Amino acid sequence: MKNNKLGTLPAIPYIVWMAIFVVVPLILIVFYAFTNEAGGFTMENFSEMGSYAKVFTRSFGLSAIATVICLLIGYPIAYAISKESAMFQRIAMMLVMLPMWINFLLRTYAWMSILENTGLLNTFFDTIGLFDLINWIGVKFASDPAAYEPIKHFQMINTQGAVILGMVYNYLPFMIMPIHSVIVKIDKSMIEAARDLGADSKLTFRKVILPLSLPGVLSGITMVFVPSVSTFILSRLLGGGTTMLLGDLIEMQFMGGAYNPHLGSAIALVMMIVVMICMAIMNHFGDGEDKAVML
Amino acid sequence: MSEKIINLENIHKDYGGKVVLDNLNLYVRDKEFVTLLGPSGCGKTTTLRIIGGFETPSAGVVYFDGKKVNDVPPNKRPVNTVFQRYALFNHLNVFDNVAFGLRIQKKYSEGEIADRVNRMLKLVSLPDYGDRMSTELSGGEQQRVAIARALVNHPRVLLLDEPLAALDLKLRKEMQRELKAIQQEVGITFVFVTHDQEEALTMSDTIVVMNKGKIQQIGTPTDIYNEPKNAFVANFIGESNIVDGIMHQDKLVSFCGRQFDCLDGGFAPDEPVDVVVRPEDFEVVAPEQGQLVGTVKSVLFMGVHYEIMVETEHFTWTVHSINYADVGDRVGLFLTPDDIHIMHKS
Amino acid sequence: MIHNKPTRSGRLLTALTFIFLYAPILVLIIFSFNSTKSRTVWTGFTFDWYIKLFNNDAIMTALGTTLLVSALAAVIATIAGTFASVGLYAMKRRPRELLLQVNNIPVTNADIITGVSLCILFVFLGKFLGFELGFGTLLIAHVTFNIPYVILSVLPKLRQLDKNLFEAAQDLGCSWMQAFTKVILPEIWPGVTSGLLMAFTLSIDDFVISYFTAGSVETLSMRIYAMTKKRISPEINAISTLLFLVILALLIIINIREVQQEKKAAKKH
Repeated sequence: MKNNKLGTLPAIPYIVWMAIFVVVPLILIVFYAFTNEAGGFTMENFSEMGSYAKVFTRSFGLSAIATVICLLIGYPIAYAISKESAMFQRIAMMLVMLPMWINFLLRTYAWMSILENTGLLNTFFDTIGLFDLINWIGVKFASDPAAYEPIKHFQMINTQGAVILGMVYNYLPFMIMPIHSVIVKIDKSMIEAARDLGADSKLTFRKVILPLSLPGVLSGITMVFVPSVSTFILSRLLGGGTTMLLGDLIEMQFMGGAYNPHLGSAIALVMMIVVMICMAIMNHFGDGEDKAVML
Repeated sequence: MSEKIINLENIHKDYGGKVVLDNLNLYVRDKEFVTLLGPSGCGKTTTLRIIGGFETPSAGVVYFDGKKVNDVPPNKRPVNTVFQRYALFNHLNVFDNVAFGLRIQKKYSEGEIADRVNRMLKLVSLPDYGDRMSTELSGGEQQRVAIARALVNHPRVLLLDEPLAALDLKLRKEMQRELKAIQQEVGITFVFVTHDQEEALTMSDTIVVMNKGKIQQIGTPTDIYNEPKNAFVANFIGESNIVDGIMHQDKLVSFCGRQFDCLDGGFAPDEPVDVVVRPEDFEVVAPEQGQLVGTVKSVLFMGVHYEIMVETEHFTWTVHSINYADVGDRVGLFLTPDDIHIMHKS
Repeated sequence: MIHNKPTRSGRLLTALTFIFLYAPILVLIIFSFNSTKSRTVWTGFTFDWYIKLFNNDAIMTALGTTLLVSALAAVIATIAGTFASVGLYAMKRRPRELLLQVNNIPVTNADIITGVSLCILFVFLGKFLGFELGFGTLLIAHVTFNIPYVILSVLPKLRQLDKNLFEAAQDLGCSWMQAFTKVILPEIWPGVTSGLLMAFTLSIDDFVISYFTAGSVETLSMRIYAMTKKRISPEINAISTLLFLVILALLIIINIREVQQEKKAAKKH
């Protein structure tokens, strides 16, 4: 594997670049997290974070839900696509990835116009008379028909559900892609071997395909969970600001009115560490195969 | 002779018009070691996969113990397969790989499974390998695990798809002997696919030579080697000199400008035929004693014998001799009637 | 045959997913032609929003910045990344694996961490060296997150090379640079160009990292962000439609190239 004749010299500028712009900034985050504005060592940033515990639990909770939903939808789709012809698969995977290349903000913005109180879905429900029907039933069965407040729309935007939907929509392709690429690489003769040894197609799936596709599942979980937990703006656009997430909190410390990069660094550091612990636990369960997440 | 366990009748297989098997008829007897032999693309692997249930024939019937099994899926057939590149499950260790089929059957307790798996690992000389991952094994070890994984289920027939192709020469020889020993010990039918004629000759009870989707000859290794039915078989099994000849009448053939006595018969008068002579059947003699006379063009030392190319007026013969001859020497070649094999033109 | 055939339920699920993925995009595109500002009621067809878009100086400036920074960053990252890959390839296992771990940091880390950490670095250095966040820092940030992707697409191509190829070129009299440009580069070219394309698209698409490192300079996605914050205008829909078409075209080109390469590779065997 060694090819010393080519020489390692061409990598030097890259190494220097990565040291300055990847490693040093991460060290700075750690440094900022443990210092105050005067430059002295402090743990204050971390104790101050306690008041944001809710944001932490909300961020991790919503991201976990979104990741599970992505897995439940993404796996069957990846599996279904893998059974198709090569040409179908190529086009299908391109179509899965295409939305990823459209600006995140624009995709989210599209959902706003669908989910709003006067948005497309509510307009649609109104047109087919769904609200009339509900109100008719409501009045009929209300204990006090006079006090019954008729429904004019479903509250979809500015809810946690909308934020989860946004996460699922934005990151679902990141779940489908790695699972699909692992499933198609499974040696066909392994599936034949399982059938040969007496397993029917269901057992073959459970005992061979599923365990062999686990590395793809782990990559998928990482690729959905990490951006979900650190997302910002999403909650502002779809959650109506009522559901502040970690990303928004960090952003506020750097760009917003609450300018405090030391606290921001501390939050970022804790988030990074918690994510790393989550991933380490998960990879441990999956025997740690294929940790490198690749596009 | 024991009964036919597998019977393929008029099997035809094509992939979108490309014919892979053309009217194939073949039966396999119980406890027999049958080898399907032929060059790549001859249809031998497809035949094996049809027996295993991985492919369905486009036409024709597959019988197992006299019952039609065309539509029986592989998991319901009493056969197991050793795949070409072993297809070990790399998410499982050696023990779990071998136990896979037994666990699927749900007939055995874990204790019984452990017993049978360990006995099988001992049979393939891999005791104490149970905890290793399949990815940590060498090619030869993976091979043994694949055999154990198939045999532990007590199949009636074991199918082997070029299982030794990926091993180096020495290991291959060793595994050939071992496979034969295992077959005799467990006493079940083996159907073995290979393109290596030497492998086929050393291991088989019966060899089925195939080419271009058709069976060329079925017979014991001795029959196939000594009495090849046509020029393809003669050329594929061992080395051969093949020249054009004319069969004047029974037991009289002419080639290279002279007549020879031979043992074959049943040809039309003056029928054009292929004449086959094995290199080792020549006797190298003094020029005046030879039926054919020529000049030595090259000599190669092959270990036990010399390979001598003798150029005569009509043909350059490959001759194996234990005696040395110098390049440029005039030599005679002598043949007895049973050295000459006559074949219909194909 | 026993291989898994596509099932009806699988196809239905795939179809539903595509509806889910594309419905919002379709909505965006349709309403970019709507004659009023309504995002829910169709009032008639117009091209006005596209015309307005091209007359919107802020958007056009942002588009220019985005294209410039993306092109520059992609080219710089591709050159640096290709040389770096050669160096990494020649390296011993240990240091290479360590560097690849570092290489993976910007890939696996959340964008916001990359953005924030670079922001701190630039502010910190700016104080000492006397510069402010702006186009320069934006470009550095883009190069930084592009290089790892170039390496991830070039390095596997190098690994497929015959190990003696470079020595053979030198044996035949090539200098290092000649051997690299005449022998190695043509062989890894597909990896280099897909790295370049990938870097370019990532740069165009990026919002989070630019947001933290661009200072007062504005990229297109930052402009879009500013627009979503305030009054919403169908000009956004118009940009979305145009970007969608551009990206669709790019992806089709990439895929056709890949199919051609596979065919070529298949012929070789």
